[in-house]
Amino acid sequence: MTTLALHQHAHPAGITRWLTTTNHKDIGTLYLCFSFAMFLFAGALAMLVRAELFQPGLQFFQPNVFNQLTTMHGLIMIFGAIMPAFVGFANWQIPLMIGAPDMAFPRLNNWSFWLLPMAALLLLSSFLVPGGAVAGGWTMYPPLYIQGGVAYDMTIFALHIMGISSIIGSINIITTILNLRAPGMTLMKMPMFVWTWLITAYLLIAVMPVLASAVTMLLTDRHLGTHFFNAAGGGDPVMFQHIFWFFGHPEVYIMILPAFGILSTIIPTFSRKPLFGYHSMVYATASIAILSFVVWAHHMFTVGMPAAGQLFFMYTTMLIAVPTGVKVFNWIATMWKGAITFETPMLFAVAVVCLFTIGGFSGLVLAIVPVDIQLQDTYYVVAHFHYVLFSGAAMSIMAGVYYWLPKWTGHLYDETLGKWHFWLTTIAFNVTFFPMHFTGLAGMPRRVPDYALQFADFNMLSSIGAFVLGASQLLFLYTVFKCARGGAAAGEKPWDGADTLEWTLPSPPPYHTFETAPLVK
Amino acid sequence: MDTSRYYLPAPSWWPIVGSIALLTLASGFVLLLQQVQAGPYLMLAGALILVGMLFGWFGTVIRESIAGKFNNQVDVSYRWGMGWFIFSEVMFFAAFFGALFYARNLAVPWLGQTPLLWPGYNAAWPTAGPGLPAQFTPMAAWGIPAINTLILLSSGATVTWAHWGMKKGNRSQLKLGLLLTILLGATFLVLQAHEYLSADFSLNTGIYGATFFMLTGFHGAHVTLGAIMLSVILARVFAGHFTPERHFAFEAVSWYWHFVDVVWLLLFIFVYWL
Repeated sequence: MTTLALHQHAHPAGITRWLTTTNHKDIGTLYLCFSFAMFLFAGALAMLVRAELFQPGLQFFQPNVFNQLTTMHGLIMIFGAIMPAFVGFANWQIPLMIGAPDMAFPRLNNWSFWLLPMAALLLLSSFLVPGGAVAGGWTMYPPLYIQGGVAYDMTIFALHIMGISSIIGSINIITTILNLRAPGMTLMKMPMFVWTWLITAYLLIAVMPVLASAVTMLLTDRHLGTHFFNAAGGGDPVMFQHIFWFFGHPEVYIMILPAFGILSTIIPTFSRKPLFGYHSMVYATASIAILSFVVWAHHMFTVGMPAAGQLFFMYTTMLIAVPTGVKVFNWIATMWKGAITFETPMLFAVAVVCLFTIGGFSGLVLAIVPVDIQLQDTYYVVAHFHYVLFSGAAMSIMAGVYYWLPKWTGHLYDETLGKWHFWLTTIAFNVTFFPMHFTGLAGMPRRVPDYALQFADFNMLSSIGAFVLGASQLLFLYTVFKCARGGAAAGEKPWDGADTLEWTLPSPPPYHTFETAPLVK
Repeated sequence: MDTSRYYLPAPSWWPIVGSIALLTLASGFVLLLQQVQAGPYLMLAGALILVGMLFGWFGTVIRESIAGKFNNQVDVSYRWGMGWFIFSEVMFFAAFFGALFYARNLAVPWLGQTPLLWPGYNAAWPTAGPGLPAQFTPMAAWGIPAINTLILLSSGATVTWAHWGMKKGNRSQLKLGLLLTILLGATFLVLQAHEYLSADFSLNTGIYGATFFMLTGFHGAHVTLGAIMLSVILARVFAGHFTPERHFAFEAVSWYWHFVDVVWLLLFIFVYWL
């Protein structure tokens, strides 16, 4: 017994610790640091995009380079920043919240992380090869992706490796949740964050292999002479779009369900009330996941499909608003008559509820086929998905970081800096993206470095907002760094309204926790 | 050995070795596709590192298993893990089947309805498409494919018979059953190779050739992998591993084998027969 315990507490120091670690807290930290680095890199690409769009005409970049910037911004933000950040949260929080000693497969956990820097190396170094990085949009449509140069192969293999990472990570998360819960923690007693990750991991295992198939078909069409996406051989480029979006739409929920889990943790804490409608929250999450498999073609209303198909996908898309609405109302009802305080995590959470709802409504607008035909590939779409992905997913990640930093580091973060970061981010985000609704409705196409003169004022406004938004993330970096280095002791439970298991542990928690499972009543 | 706690492995180098292997393999593949000479060598290096990693990692797990470090809860984890892994494989094949159904039932008929592009195109399956000159004979179902169906179904039965041997503690039945399964798998692969060599169409024969060879090719790769895994299990049986109560590695491989079997049945129906 004693030798076993000693053995388990010894771990190597320095770089070896991080390369070989099998500890969920170490791996969670690795995921979060990696995703932060990718967030800043992809954010820097967005700054270049906004610099080019500051005024009409070509200022800095040729159209091909501009398209590389937008494409890589999308790919890196999705696969490098948002998805790994949520897996970082899953690694840190799931074992702590369900009273497990670690993840179910600690070595595979290490592997699923260390595949990501390898994939990122392939993807990022494609900027340096002849012809530059991929420039056909993150959605990888043929024929552009069949005609491109070596960077396209590098991107395809990077996606294969990231797919392996996601599948291994998700198998680990599902198994941990299903098999390692503390005695007494039944499924319907699990914290909402754990529920949302259970369903997200299921979605990942279901759709990442489909993405792998899709890019494999691209690869064979590029090099082995298959005709999957070439009509001359009986194939169809539109078929790629169907396969891609069968992956792509559940992917959207993969990026938002864990955010919903974070919101459902933070809002009850700072409202000092239990989550309103827990059961309906669980069922809503499951319905969103199931419906997400039957809405994919709303991304492609303009490529040509039978009217019956358009109607089907329009109605199913609108149907998804129902469980999403259930969630929004539940969060509002949780806050209703609560003793609310507005620390930084709560500020972010409330802002997400408001801003994500705007993104949800613009999604409903886009679901309407005749409207979508007008708005397809305009800045209205750009505004829509930044409202759900930045002010939905990314700002939930920020909320979660502020919420759990005291637990992870043992220090309280600087509340003043946190609030500055919040207000700068929220205001700058809206300055950047709200005008895009107007430019989009007026017909400004996306993925083009130049634009007509009547869009000049709104674009300059968007660019100014974007520069402030980008700069304020450096403040975020500084605040997190400062908190990691020191600060007032957080104590076991700095948030008096919190009631999940991690707050019964010291801050920071010891290297190994819950080696003997806690009893959950 | 204290098994009241869930076994947590010590820090390990194998995952990072595996990551380096995949990066090397992918970079080599990229170079190969650009006709750079170093490409194949880099791929070979990556593959060797990967094989080394698999031996090292699985070897560690097997030693831990034999040392009795895994309690029942760990066993259940492995069961969930393998089950979800197979589900991911199902979805991988589902996408290729989806491509087949979409092309056959939607894309090709639409091509036949647009006389402006390719007048006179006879949009009937199987087809190599309107723009390719290919004349070819599609693969008939009731020859080698039907025999292969019988072979794979029988191999599903022999692996189950081997499992009965394992559970009864009858090691010779277990060995014979596994050996028969591997031989049937190998026979399947030989016949499949013969079928490929005698085909008068290729991967480049339009959508029929693409879907045929990608679906059967990925399936064949899975049969190969399954046969290798069965061989490892057989070697472990000869080394005296497994007990009638604890033998999840065997069960995991047999689940995988049954999955490959079911995929073949769908292939037989939708690729060869209908």
